[in-house]
Amino acid sequence: MAVAASRDATEAATRDNIEALFLASTTHPFLDRQNSVIVSEALNLPQTVRAMDAGGSQRAGTTAMLCAVDAVRSGCSSALVIGSEHRRTRVGSRMEMLSGDAAAAIVMGSEQVLANFVDAYYVSCDLVDHYRMDGFDFDYEWEERWIRDEGYMKLVPLAVSKLLEKAGLSISEIDHFILPSLQQQLSTAVAKQLKLGSDKVVDGLIERCGHSGVAHPLLLLAHTLERAAPGERILVIGFGQGCDALLFRATDAIAGAPKKRGVSGWLERRAPDSNYARFQTFNALVERDYGKRAEGDKLTPMSALFRNRKMVNSFLGGRCSKCGTVQFPKSVYCVNPECGAAATQADHPIADETGTVRTWTADHLTFDMNPPAYFGMVEFGAGGRAMVDFTDVVPETLDVGTPVTLQFRIKQFDKQRGFRRYFWKASPA
Amino acid sequence: MASGIKDKIVILGMGCSRFGERWDDEPAQLMSEAFEECIDDAGISKNDIEAAWFASAIDSVNVGPSALPLSMALRLPNIPVTRVENMCASGTEALRGAAYAVASGAVDIALALGCEKLKDTGYGGLPQRSRGVTNDLHYPNLSAPGSFAQLAAGYRAAHRIDKHDLKRAMAHVSVKSHANGAKNPKAHLRREITEEQAIGAPMIAEPIGLYDCCGVSDGASCAIVTRPEIARSLGKQNLVAIKALQVCVSNGTEVGHNSWDGSHLVTTQIAARRAYDEAGIKSPRQEISMTEVHDCFSITELVTMEDLGIAPQGRGVTDVLDGSFDAAGKVPCQIDGGLKCFGHPIGASGLRMVYELYLQLQHRAGPRQLADPVLGLSHNLGGFPFQNVAAIAIVGQL
Repeated sequence: MAVAASRDATEAATRDNIEALFLASTTHPFLDRQNSVIVSEALNLPQTVRAMDAGGSQRAGTTAMLCAVDAVRSGCSSALVIGSEHRRTRVGSRMEMLSGDAAAAIVMGSEQVLANFVDAYYVSCDLVDHYRMDGFDFDYEWEERWIRDEGYMKLVPLAVSKLLEKAGLSISEIDHFILPSLQQQLSTAVAKQLKLGSDKVVDGLIERCGHSGVAHPLLLLAHTLERAAPGERILVIGFGQGCDALLFRATDAIAGAPKKRGVSGWLERRAPDSNYARFQTFNALVERDYGKRAEGDKLTPMSALFRNRKMVNSFLGGRCSKCGTVQFPKSVYCVNPECGAAATQADHPIADETGTVRTWTADHLTFDMNPPAYFGMVEFGAGGRAMVDFTDVVPETLDVGTPVTLQFRIKQFDKQRGFRRYFWKASPA
Repeated sequence: MASGIKDKIVILGMGCSRFGERWDDEPAQLMSEAFEECIDDAGISKNDIEAAWFASAIDSVNVGPSALPLSMALRLPNIPVTRVENMCASGTEALRGAAYAVASGAVDIALALGCEKLKDTGYGGLPQRSRGVTNDLHYPNLSAPGSFAQLAAGYRAAHRIDKHDLKRAMAHVSVKSHANGAKNPKAHLRREITEEQAIGAPMIAEPIGLYDCCGVSDGASCAIVTRPEIARSLGKQNLVAIKALQVCVSNGTEVGHNSWDGSHLVTTQIAARRAYDEAGIKSPRQEISMTEVHDCFSITELVTMEDLGIAPQGRGVTDVLDGSFDAAGKVPCQIDGGLKCFGHPIGASGLRMVYELYLQLQHRAGPRQLADPVLGLSHNLGGFPFQNVAAIAIVGQL
């Protein structure tokens, strides 16, 4: 999700300008292996990128944005901030009903910005509305009314008033108020206390995508930027053991900004699924029998992964300097039967190409987390082909000729050793 | 210019175990069953064998690595034994090794034996296994039917064939093989099926259904080869000679270069061309009496008949539906039931195909005997449509 959001937020051509990457989450897949570096390789960012994982609180996303502000102010040409969350929730819980998995990415820099960072204010205090200790799978929550009255209703107005004071603004000058919360009415109640009209409160999207934890303030900011007019001020709150309040003001550039898929686009690209058992198995909430075919050893040799990281993480192929043929994987001898030149291939990025399905099947026999397993041969626009897994396939819609794009996804879990392997899958465009 | 293998090697004897779910038999028993038939047929003693080639493909769940399983199972007289593995084409590779050794004069009599013990996995189908460290990083986790199902997608798109027509032709391929297999006492699957059963069977990998898949079997088969003059000196008559042995291995063009459309097997076409040259065959459809092709899946057989030049390109569906490859057709295919019904103990399959051709050419095939076969072709394929090993043997009367 972090990679998908980042690819939507950035153009491949300008990714070389990203000098810092902050990945915020309380559900990082790896506790010790820098997750932001995996994202950085999937985006094919320069190896010199400063990458950091942030976490520990639902506020980590907005705090990461503040770090990015500092980075840009100290000379970093642009910084990518990603909030990404995939929270496991107890079966039948309120959290399960209200939560959603999502990622949002914000690029911060000093040129051609869509919104200027105005100022920020932050408060830290150990108010524990919920927690999850190391070794535990699920959050433990305290009473909603206490969270509302002692938490949001006190801390947010404090931070906002201090921020407005710093910025020399009045509350009436705020056009969009972003306060993510599991309590749907809460943002309106806080706004009312701040004497801000309820029409300024940004929809929390609880019903459409659920509360996505660390990602949510960034997600709502991205959603707001899709429709904000030049000059409008956007106030973003990140809440968790205190709160961050960040103020942005949309620039004139926002009017002519290139259209991305964005939050609205992803919400439209929906595939409703009412299979609750599938949700449970995907989130490892029940012990599902995957059959004997799933029992094979899933060891990932780290040395092999490392030497193949450009292929696996970045989906770089090779382009023959003699005949121009693009090939995947990159190889010693050119695959073009008319060429065959040795050691002529330079790295060639393929991940952002649109591909076309050449052969495919839906395999009901092989092990797959979500059977049937769709896979096949994909041919890429600028040349090259690869045999890859397909994902996000709507049954009966895939055929030879279907256009596809590549997505960075989980390829395999090694439950024996606690490892997950990533690779790219083709999804219908 | 190389003169090829034609007529330099004859088959002194052949044997084949019963194929099937041989729950109670060790690989050694399967090998011995095939070998006893073979050595009786050859009329020699075990000590006359000077070298052996052993084919087995999936050693991890099977007979174990190296040539030792064969040498120890048969208690061969400490002769050189070489284990060959080229996926499902391993059996033909063993025959090639033995034939080339004898043809070179390095030895006079050699054994080729293939054996596979697949039914100790605990589930149906082929064993789930690694494709290699680096391949596993990016390959889809494809099953065998999943890889060959893509041949159907590619073939259908290239020839603009309606999916129901193709499915019906695929069903015909399997119905025919079941009819043939029912007559073969050594076959794994010995009952006839109907076209409706084949079409209506559960889907395995679209469009391949259950009856489009071959049997996964335990079994062994073998051949003893020598040079013609030695066979004659042993009093052998009606000799069956090797006319061609060709192997073609993908070099990655299909999977990596956009010139391949996924509708056919490049390697089979090349191997066939070379084999016809070696055997001096000009018009395969007219000259070849029968074929045993690698019908791991019905679609593979259909496409292979085109790749061999026996069915015209794009006309496989019509030829199949016309019955051209049925027992009474122009070029009977899988008269023994094929991989489909005789079964597919991987390393044994290439030699099993030649075993059937050998029996037919010697008029020893019992109720399934064809009228007057002159030349038989076996096509043995290892791997996926997009990268594979194609092995072809042509045998005929000397």
